[in-house]
Amino acid sequence: MNRHRLRRTLGRAGLYASVILLVSPALLFFLWMLSLSLKNELDNTAYPPVFIPHPPTLANFIDVFEKNDFFAYTINSVIVSFSATALALVLGVPAGYGIAKAKATKAAALILIARVTPGLSYLIPLFLMFQWLGMIGTLTPLVITHLVITVPVVVWVMIGFFEGLPGELEEAALVDGATIWQAFIHVAMPLARPGIMVAMILSFIFSWNNFIFGVVLAGRTTRTLPVAVYNVLTFEQISWGPLAAAALVVTAPVLLLTLLMQKEIVAGLTAGGVKGG
Amino acid sequence: MSTTTATTLSRPVTTRGHAYARHYWAFAVPAAVVVLLVILFPWVFTIFMSLHDWKVTGATPFVGFANYAKMLQDERFLWAIVRTLWFTAATVIAPVLLGVWAAVCFASQFKLRGLARTLFVLPMMATPVAIALVWTMMFHPQLGVLNYLLTSVGLPPSSWVYASSSVIPTLVMVETWQWTPLVMLIVLGGIASLPQEPYEAAILDGASAWQMFRHITLPLAWPFIMVATVIRLIDALKTFDTIYVITLGGPGTSSETINILLYQTAFAYYDLGYGSAIVVVFFLLILLISLLLLRVRQREAWR
Repeated sequence: MNRHRLRRTLGRAGLYASVILLVSPALLFFLWMLSLSLKNELDNTAYPPVFIPHPPTLANFIDVFEKNDFFAYTINSVIVSFSATALALVLGVPAGYGIAKAKATKAAALILIARVTPGLSYLIPLFLMFQWLGMIGTLTPLVITHLVITVPVVVWVMIGFFEGLPGELEEAALVDGATIWQAFIHVAMPLARPGIMVAMILSFIFSWNNFIFGVVLAGRTTRTLPVAVYNVLTFEQISWGPLAAAALVVTAPVLLLTLLMQKEIVAGLTAGGVKGG
Repeated sequence: MSTTTATTLSRPVTTRGHAYARHYWAFAVPAAVVVLLVILFPWVFTIFMSLHDWKVTGATPFVGFANYAKMLQDERFLWAIVRTLWFTAATVIAPVLLGVWAAVCFASQFKLRGLARTLFVLPMMATPVAIALVWTMMFHPQLGVLNYLLTSVGLPPSSWVYASSSVIPTLVMVETWQWTPLVMLIVLGGIASLPQEPYEAAILDGASAWQMFRHITLPLAWPFIMVATVIRLIDALKTFDTIYVITLGGPGTSSETINILLYQTAFAYYDLGYGSAIVVVFFLLILLISLLLLRVRQREAWR
């Protein structure tokens, strides 16, 4: 009996040690990012490094917004991500419903191809097309290309959700003489609200984080935040404070969303991942 | 995939449902149109361009398979393939091993589990460019915090991304840090769906934690591990942001993977014809490797 207890205690200790070991790289990284953004330039380039900002300063954040046009880039990012997500929901929620109800696994496979294809490969023809249409330098090409990411995410998450819903309620509505469109709008959609929430969050995050489309398609005034943080702040002057502050500004909305909506996000990624195979 | 079939089978199929099945297609039409425009059209056009000598300006003569033939003699391209394969192997194996370990840990009950899991997931949600810039600062040979930490525990400093011998292992480390959480989430979802009876029986028999992992969790969660592996494989082959921001393929070309070479060819040298040919070969490579792994998975399922 005693040996059994010893083994249990050791097991618990091992578990806690493992968790600490697994979580600390993430935790320490973000703490260091925060530390860099809150220190003045002297402390940031000091060796040995200064770990805790003393005193912490917000000068770097003020610097980012005053010296660079970060407000404009933030607005660009907001417009692109919101439009691409809204469009994806309008297109993708009914599509997910249709595919789930018709059990069209082949259509689902088409979505998989979108998941497999490297983003860059859409860009060569789309770049030419937008150039030909004279749209380079506006936000429209960015919104359109972001659909490449957001539509498959929404369709994929929604297929999973609609497949999991019991069909009886809609059947009842159909028996009562509703059209399938009415059954979708008034019965299935309200039931799938949690799924739509998950799809919206994931689609927004993936669009917000996207870098590759912006690098190719954005002009000087249409940069989204990830492109701006890469292009505007160079390493030439090694100004680490403003750079870390800008990086934090770019990723803060996503990190906050993750912290607030962790249940939804975990559910969506787990389902999406499992079905993504 | 297994869940899909399960739900399909368990739902009673009424004749009425069948009558409606045809109309449900209408729901997918708008999305299908968009998918055709922004996904399929670029595909067809890419294949078309790959058969032409296509620069941004000037004539675009048809050259047949010349772009493909050029690839076979292009040492930079061939090295990029080798590099991509080795980078991919490492960025699949490390996250899968660590991710399974993490999933087993997070499947147990302990204090602050929710918080720990959220913190663990943060790297994969954060904006890759922002993350990559902070890593770059940490890799600085003289002022970087990582070399300070190494030397303070008595290890020699590393040149991280500044030497061709250490650049790929360093990038693998960044990718592993970022993508282990995705593997963890998929495998954790799998472990959560496993039946409890085998574990209860094993505990009665006095099995150790390792024995339970080896003989119950691992075989039962294997399909989920394979799915996570395939997803990680596809993403690893496509890695762009991290490499582009941290090294841009350097020093020299020592971290230039196919995706980076593709970007350089198409958008730095504006050789769109050759770039398109690389896209086609790259896509076939991704498809081939994913299918291979899926086949392996299928065969495993029969054991």
